[in-house]
Amino acid sequence: MLTCKQITELVSDYVEKRLPLWDRMRFEMHVGMCKHCREYLRQMKLTVRALGEIPAEPPPPEVRDELLRRFRDWKKK
Amino acid sequence: MSRGGKDLAVVRRILDGEEAAFAELVEAYQSRLVRLASSFVSSRAIAEEVVQDTWIGVLDGLATFEGRSSLKTWIFRILVNRARTRGQREARSIPFSALGKEGERGEPAVDPDRFTPKGMWSQPPERWDSDTPEELLMRRQAMGVIQATLQELPENQRLVVMLRDVEGLESEEVCGLLEVSEANQRVLLHRARARLRRALEVHLQGGE
Repeated sequence: MLTCKQITELVSDYVEKRLPLWDRMRFEMHVGMCKHCREYLRQMKLTVRALGEIPAEPPPPEVRDELLRRFRDWKKK
Repeated sequence: MSRGGKDLAVVRRILDGEEAAFAELVEAYQSRLVRLASSFVSSRAIAEEVVQDTWIGVLDGLATFEGRSSLKTWIFRILVNRARTRGQREARSIPFSALGKEGERGEPAVDPDRFTPKGMWSQPPERWDSDTPEELLMRRQAMGVIQATLQELPENQRLVVMLRDVEGLESEEVCGLLEVSEANQRVLLHRARARLRRALEVHLQGGE
């Protein structure tokens, strides 16, 4: 039986689907029975998904204009 | 159209001199590139220079793009190479060959005091009242906490988590880009994610 502490170290490999079959089974067995580790796993997945939601601001107009100017120079080459 | 097909179509339009196609690319990637370059160099101004330089590299190299990787990964690779050279000149960049040894494995994902001697939770995580990342991010400036924590991460962890989770690249792409083994990449990612979760936990419930 894996301990909760071990679960917190294996969780990323689990999410990455990189645990060998036997470890994955032991991981899922533990999480199936332990609500704290279920919550930990849920938080980890939420954290990862939240990272994917960080917005990228559109570039400032002057930066965009400068790059387009460079594009025109490049075209002339 | 497949992703590869779309990428090749954009490249073709740019090579044909269509300014709007290049503008689209700039809109899509400029801020992402600056964000990523900032992980390698010491100031925003230098990061912006590196990105300018990257765009020139993109234009000059575009004719050689064959669609073997996504256009996004291809552009990121040009940036990483340039940013790294620049970072080394500033003597800031850590060589990736020195990664994943002691120190990287050292920090536990969760404070060991929160477990019983048998390794079971004594102070379990409290439930987060968010079911989606959108909900999570709306709460008490969680976004700011994430961004601040990203900046505090060791550089190698930050790069891996930025490329994997923020930019959504695949594991193999990141390993190739940073010249890091798959095992090292996973350790770095694990450390970074654990630290970000902890930061959110502290922020959301004042725990730990």
